[in-house]
Amino acid sequence: MSTNSTPATSRLTRTWVRMGDQRLLARLLRSPRGLFGLVTIVLLVLLAIFAEWLAPANPNELVGAPLQPPFSDGTILGTDDIGRDVFSNLVIASRASLRVGVLAAALAVLIGTVVGSIAGYFGGVVDAFLMRIAEMFQVVPGFAFAIVMAAVFDASINAVAVIIALTAWSQVARIVRAQFLSLRSREFVQAASVAGFSSRHIIASEVLPNALPPVLVQVALDVGTAILMEAGLSFLGVGDPNVPTWGQMLNSAQIFLGQAWWLSVFPGAAILLTVVAFNMLADGLNEALGAGSKR
Amino acid sequence: MARFVAVRLLAAIPVLLGVVLALFLMIELAPGDPIQAIVGDIPVSPEFRAQVAEKYRLDDSIWQRFMAYVGNLLQGDLGYSTAGRQPVSDLIWSRLPPTMLLVGTSLVLAAVLGTAFGMIAASAKGRWPDGFINTWVLVAFATPGFWLGQLLIALFALRLGWFPTGGMRSIGSQEAGWAGIVEVAHHLVLPVVALCSLEMASVTRVARASSIEVLSQDQITTARLKGISRPHILRRHVLRNSLLPVVTVIGFRAGTALAGTVLIESVFSWPGMGLLLTDSIVRRDNQVIIGIVLMLAVMAVLMNILTDILYGILDPRIRAGGSR
Repeated sequence: MSTNSTPATSRLTRTWVRMGDQRLLARLLRSPRGLFGLVTIVLLVLLAIFAEWLAPANPNELVGAPLQPPFSDGTILGTDDIGRDVFSNLVIASRASLRVGVLAAALAVLIGTVVGSIAGYFGGVVDAFLMRIAEMFQVVPGFAFAIVMAAVFDASINAVAVIIALTAWSQVARIVRAQFLSLRSREFVQAASVAGFSSRHIIASEVLPNALPPVLVQVALDVGTAILMEAGLSFLGVGDPNVPTWGQMLNSAQIFLGQAWWLSVFPGAAILLTVVAFNMLADGLNEALGAGSKR
Repeated sequence: MARFVAVRLLAAIPVLLGVVLALFLMIELAPGDPIQAIVGDIPVSPEFRAQVAEKYRLDDSIWQRFMAYVGNLLQGDLGYSTAGRQPVSDLIWSRLPPTMLLVGTSLVLAAVLGTAFGMIAASAKGRWPDGFINTWVLVAFATPGFWLGQLLIALFALRLGWFPTGGMRSIGSQEAGWAGIVEVAHHLVLPVVALCSLEMASVTRVARASSIEVLSQDQITTARLKGISRPHILRRHVLRNSLLPVVTVIGFRAGTALAGTVLIESVFSWPGMGLLLTDSIVRRDNQVIIGIVLMLAVMAVLMNILTDILYGILDPRIRAGGSR
């Protein structure tokens, strides 16, 4: 599709969306929750990127006696049951959480947007069928399914993200569908339809850009949910055993709860902080988009 | 009303069929030997292999395999636990009551306290109790329940010794009657707190939003002008009108609570289905794993139907409409 075939309506739409984005960021930064969320996420991403430089020790190396409390033996957060540095492990493990969270949310949005667009645009039997499937995914506990899938398939870290996405797309599909239903009858969509553009063009270039803002909020929430889910899966021991995660650290902390509280407190607090940051970003986006308190 | 219930129950059939299909496909797609995929990674005798191949018609087409699978399920046959040396259904039934006790208590507590917190926040909107409750909701939504469980064990069981660290009864305990109930209740406290924190937060959020909406309505202004006291207004008008959304959110959260109990039972060694699931994962006892997930899905679907019915009773408009 060449750009000079773009109709005036669509160019207008795009300009509106771009302007909207700038205003969105400004408004997001003005909301205290949005600002806190965004800043924390940026810091966490930097932490994950530069993890190897920031970690004081190799996470697999023995730095001292086992089960040493924080601030002893030159460590910041103490050592684990075989004498590895807890802080270094914590820093390295941030990668897995962010990777799974972002990958799973992106995939969930992709699946949800495709399903929701098709359901909302075509309506009728297609809509009824797809929404039944989405409803099924909402009723049935996704985490239970994720456990079996991860256990049966011996999932790698990327597979874990795919599994989580498979349990999380239905909410996005519902939102996109609702947006399509309300946008379908608007003038600019009807104009494109009368002008003879294909369904694919109308869905992708006319309706979708305008349907996406509420999806943004859901993406931020999905990242948080995916991180919590990944932590749960690794805690149960069905995650990827080759990639260090916060959930795994909590798993090994379980038997030392009496002797070494720090093995449990810090990885859990890291999960909490990360998920809070994404939920606050979602709240901020919600405020900035003026969608009100729908959640 | 009977018609409404019947419609709801019929609508559950395709959902359950979808769940069964998904589980079936999962076993089909599992890597490696199909018999080992069904039985789990456990060495089995050639006779048992032949028996499994016969029962699940492994030599026939995929369609016949699926029919055989559904046929077995309809007869209540969830397979045989190689590690537990008993039928999967017996194993699951024996673990059902502890899970129901844990999840049921948590949901009831979440509903009652969540509604109360939501109403408190709504009637103090913009002042410190509201801010406090909102912050707590934000934190609770992001707290992994199993980690909260670990913190509770470390502090209240190991450090202070107020509660047991896990299990449902003390080891070797023969307490019966009232003493037995007290003993179980004592073991129940920490797991319930860990499990219900998230559910309570979601109820609080919903109850707050709906209470704020009710409080802004004309009937409340009228009631206030008539000089009716604040507690009376909250009880008569606000509580009654926020019950519907609370019922909905509880029904919706039942599924997540059931799935969440897997983690909580693992942390507290609570002898329910969740602990059986984690044990079965370690033992690679696939028939039990699939059976438990199926059971959790069925329970979630039933809770959803129950919510719909309750909704119909509370709000006659829904019933008349027939469907949402």
